[in-house]
Order: sequence, then structure tokens, then C-alpha cells
Amino acid sequence: MKKKIEESVGTTAAFDQVMSGLHEEKYILRLFITGTTNKSVLALTNLKKICEEYLNGRYELEVIDLYQNPGLAIEEQIIAAPTLIKKLPLPFRRIIGDMSDIEKVLLGLEIKKQ
Amino acid sequence: MKRTEHSLPRATLLKSPTGIQGFDEITAGGLPAGRPTLVCGSAGCGKTLFGMEFLVRGATLYNEPGVFMSFEETNEELIKNVASLGFNLENLIEQKKIVLDHVHIERSEIEETGEYDLEGLFIRLGYAIDSIGAKRVVLDTIESLFAGLPNQLILRAELRRLFRWIKDKGVTAIITGERGEETLTRQGLEEYVSDCVIMLDHRVTEQTSTRRLRVVKYRGSLHGTNEYPFLIDETGFSVLPITSLGLEHIVSSERISSGISELDKMLEGKGYYRGSTVLVSGTAGVGKTSLAAHFAEAACKRGERVLYFCFEESPNQLMRNMRSVGIKLEPWVQKGLLQFQATRPTFYGLEMHLAVTHKAVNTFKPDIVIMDPINTFILGDKEYEVKTMLMRIVDFLKGNQITALFTSLTSTESALESSDVGISSLIDTWLLLRDIELNGERNRGMYVLKSRGMANSNQIREFILTDKGVKLREVYIGSSGVLTGSARLAQEAHESAGLLKRQHEIERKKRELERKRIVMEAQVAALHAEFKADVSEALKNIETEQDTINLQKNDRINMAVSRKSFVEKSNKKKHIKL
Repeated sequence: MKKKIEESVGTTAAFDQVMSGLHEEKYILRLFITGTTNKSVLALTNLKKICEEYLNGRYELEVIDLYQNPGLAIEEQIIAAPTLIKKLPLPFRRIIGDMSDIEKVLLGLEIKKQ
Repeated sequence: MKRTEHSLPRATLLKSPTGIQGFDEITAGGLPAGRPTLVCGSAGCGKTLFGMEFLVRGATLYNEPGVFMSFEETNEELIKNVASLGFNLENLIEQKKIVLDHVHIERSEIEETGEYDLEGLFIRLGYAIDSIGAKRVVLDTIESLFAGLPNQLILRAELRRLFRWIKDKGVTAIITGERGEETLTRQGLEEYVSDCVIMLDHRVTEQTSTRRLRVVKYRGSLHGTNEYPFLIDETGFSVLPITSLGLEHIVSSERISSGISELDKMLEGKGYYRGSTVLVSGTAGVGKTSLAAHFAEAACKRGERVLYFCFEESPNQLMRNMRSVGIKLEPWVQKGLLQFQATRPTFYGLEMHLAVTHKAVNTFKPDIVIMDPINTFILGDKEYEVKTMLMRIVDFLKGNQITALFTSLTSTESALESSDVGISSLIDTWLLLRDIELNGERNRGMYVLKSRGMANSNQIREFILTDKGVKLREVYIGSSGVLTGSARLAQEAHESAGLLKRQHEIERKKRELERKRIVMEAQVAALHAEFKADVSEALKNIETEQDTINLQKNDRINMAVSRKSFVEKSNKKKHIKL
């Protein structure tokens, strides 16, 4: 019984550690857009705003135009546009759409927990 | 397989041949070129393979490269899966004839955050198409998108756009879809892809599975509307159309021997027509197989190829049994002229049998096909279906100028003429074997029930199996009925005894006549002799008389001279008196 409690305390502590570490970890993001469509422009503006606000200084954003790099669409398994890929920190996530639903973007980036 | 040439009016739809055996025949040329086609069906019915074969054949036969976009299987899985069907995808990918693109969607990874479109998919597809100049595209199974992307509204709008885009691109596409409860596809794709819809089906009835294909819809084109059985084996997909729908087989007037000279004699002395269908029916153990084996042997002797389907006996057993009646089939098997195909009728479904028959015939290219017996198919299957199947086989064989001989076992209870799985109308020459029970004996009788296009004997013959093969004997039909076997032999003996007696009688009469002739001749000789004697007697008398007359005359003259009483006048008078 005693051992079990200790264990659970241990896991919780570890979890907290991971969580606190998350906030300091660097975000590597890739945004795939299709030229200068409304959705592309909107997604980029929204994303920049979110990143400035929540991930200031600890993110790396690469914007890729699929029309210019169609091969990447296959490589990165892109179907929808715009698609934001969170490469790091793990887990790997895809956030699709124009990022106008900020709550969902934060959820996807795991900046905010559900 | 012969491709049916359809003369379509001009300005019709361009078609893209699939290269799938039989499919191009039922669609009169293939899929609509430059348009998407929906291929739907339940799981495991062969949709992916259909699409893959379309691409592989396109790349290898028609020089049309293709893109396979898979939403389910990974590229590696695909390559492995179709390798078992004889397609070397890796090779084709290397030659830039096929591009595989696996679209991986993981629902748990995706977060929707507003408006989006599927431009990514378009770009991928466009990129793949342009990279090899593809003319063909397969999307397998695009419905998986519905599971990955929650926003159905966007998805539907985008799919509509995708199919439009495919049309504009001018590529011939196959879109596969899982069959829905009440709709053709689970997500109602038929709403978007409506130029051509093909349904694949995999049914299990009576523990045997059958694959079937149906062209539900084909805008702007004629197509067969039936359900066609199809087959997936080591050479890929093959659809079996009912060939020659219009009964337009080429008809041969060439005759081929049945292998039994007496039987040939019953058929105008020439035997069956080439390309005709012969049915040999009869009760158990009447010699149907022997008749078939004779035919096979005769054909092999002529150098023709024979394909023998045996559904009840193994080839070895059959050959052993035929040896006992003096028919040797082994040498022909060794020479490659005779091939046996032995399968249990219950081994697979009717359509599969049909498919196997088609395949075997197409690969072996026989002149003669024997199926022994056909009615075992009825086991567990509906008679109607059996009839359809046999009709297809008959049509197929006729279309290929192959002479077919079927044997059929009739049960003793039902009428001999009616129970033959209802295919009598398809048969050109029908030989009926029946057993005749008489005087505690069972003998075999045979007659020609019908034979189209020839004068045939209407006599029942006794059918005898000897160690030198089948022999046909005339049977006796008298007031006591048909005589066969020992009764016939007795009758023969009786007749020959009678004949002998008659011959003796004739001999006797001849001898009598001879004797009479001799007697008559003797009598004639005696009469002749008598007559001769009479004649000489008569001549002798005449001579004597004459002598007497001459003597008297001389006497008178002498007397007158002695009297010297002659005066000139009286002398004269007297002389006159004399």
C-alpha cells in the first residue's frame, strides 16, 4: 500500500516535470500554404499572432508554399491546406485550417491543456 | 479470348481499355477515357486489384503511365500484395510508369482550426501525374478521408471539385468506394462520380463463394447489364462475359468422327459436326464415359487437342478404367494432346467453374472439350443457375469453334429426356444411353435422340463394351419387345439355325433337280436311239418296196419282149399307162 502511494507520487512528480519542461522547450513549426489565397494569408497572420503571444522567443516557424514545393506535400503527408505541422515538441500534430479558432490552435499546439 | 468488335457510331465516347480480361468486352472498349469511374463493392471484393490491374495493364500494354493514390495500404504493402498476382510494381516504378502515393491520415493527429481545403491533395496528385505524364489515376479508397477529416461539408465540396479537376486534367480515373447500407457507397460517392459505376460483389451461397461484377451505369455507352462472374488468380483479374450474345457463331460443316464407326454410321456415316455440342445422357453405368473417351482418343489420333474435365473420377482412375475397354489415353496425355482437369463440382461455385473452364480453354486452346459429367453441378445449386452456366459454357465453346461433349447422368425416376439439367435446347446432338432390363439381364441400348442438321438413324442399337472398345449392335424388336443380350443371342442362334435348315433344303432341292435332269436326259437319249432305229427300219422298207417296183417293171418289159406283141401305137399307149 505504502509503496503504491510512493509510486503514484513519483509519477505525478515526473509528469509535472515534463509539463514544466514543455513550456521551456523550443517549438519547431512548419506551415504549408497554397500561394496567397485568403485562407493562406489568414492562417499565417493568425499563427504569427499566436506564436508572438504564447511562444515568444522559443519557436521556429517555416512557411512553405506547396505550389513551389509540391514534392514536400507527399513527403509531409499533406492533404489539407493550410496545414501547420508541429514537429517538436512531441507528439507530432497537424493543425489544419486558417487558425481562426485560436482555442483549437492552442489545443493543437498543446500550449493550453483541455 | 477473342475480343468482340463492336461497331459503334462515330463521335461516341472515347474509351480507355483496361486490359482486364473480358471487361473490355462487356463495356465495348473499356472505361470512359478522361473521366472518373466509380468502382464500388464490399470489403475484399477486389476493388484495389481492379484499379491496380487497370494501371499495370495501362503501363505495360497501352503505354499509359498511371498514379495509384492509396488511402489505406502503404506502398510497401501494395507492392507485396500485388506481387502475388504477378505484377512487378517495383520494376514499373523504376521505369517511371507507375507512381504510388500513400496518403496517410491519422485522425488523432489532426486539429481543425477553421476553413481549409484539400488543395494539398490536389497538389500531390497533380505533382505525381506530371512527374510521369500519367494518363490513368486510381484513388483507393478516397472515402477514408471521411474518417480522417471531421468537416463533412468541406470534404464533400472538395471531392466534387476533385472529380471535376480530374476530368479537366483528362486522366482516366478509378475511384473506389466501400459499399454502403442502402447506397452504392458509404459516403454516396456515386453522387459525384456518375459517368460510369461498376459494382463488384463477393457472395457466399451454399458455402461456395462467387465474385461478380456488374456495370451499374455507363453514360454514353452501351454495356452489358448482367452480373458477370469474375476471377482473381495468379494472372490477375478476369471477367467472363456471356460471349456471343447474338448467337453469331461461325458454323462449320466439317464432320468429325465420334470414334465409333457404328455410331458415325448412325449420323449419316460421318459423325458429329465440328463446333457442335453433343450430350450423352443416361443412367448410371451405361458407358457414357467410354463414349466420351472414344471421342477423345479419336480426336487425339487426328492430332487435335482435347481438354477433358472430369468431375467425378481422377484422371488416373479414368485412364485405368478406359484401358479395360481398350481405350489408351496415356500416350496422348504424354504427347500433350490430351489434358485432364479434375475438380470436384463442390470445390468452388458455379461461376468459378465457369471461370476455370474459360481459363483452361484459353490457355490450352483445345479443339474438343469434354465435361464428364455436367449434372453433378446441381448438387446444392439451383437448376436455373446451372443452366445459365452451361449456356455460357456452350456459347463460349461454340464461339471458339470447339466441339463439346457433355455427359449427363439421369436418375431412373424421372423421364430420361427431361431431366438433363434443362439444357436440351442447347444441344445439337443428343445421344441417349439407356439400360434395358429383360429376362433377368441388364443390357445397354443407345439411340440418337436428336441431331441437328443431319439425317440420323432412329434405330435403337445395343451398346456393348468389349475389350476393344464400344460396339453397337442392332437390336431385335419383335412382338415380344426389344431383345438384347442373351435374348438377342438366342434369337440370333435361332435365326442362324433356321438359316442352316433352309440352306440344307435348298441343297437338297438342287440335288433333286439335278437328278431329274439326268433322268430326263437319259430318257431323251433313249427316245433318240429308238427314233434312230425306226428311221433306219423305215428307210429299209422303202428301199425294199422300191426294189420290188423296179423288179416288176422290168419283168413286165421282159414279158412283152418275149411275146413280141408290140405295135408302135400300142407300145406307146402301154408305155403311157405305166
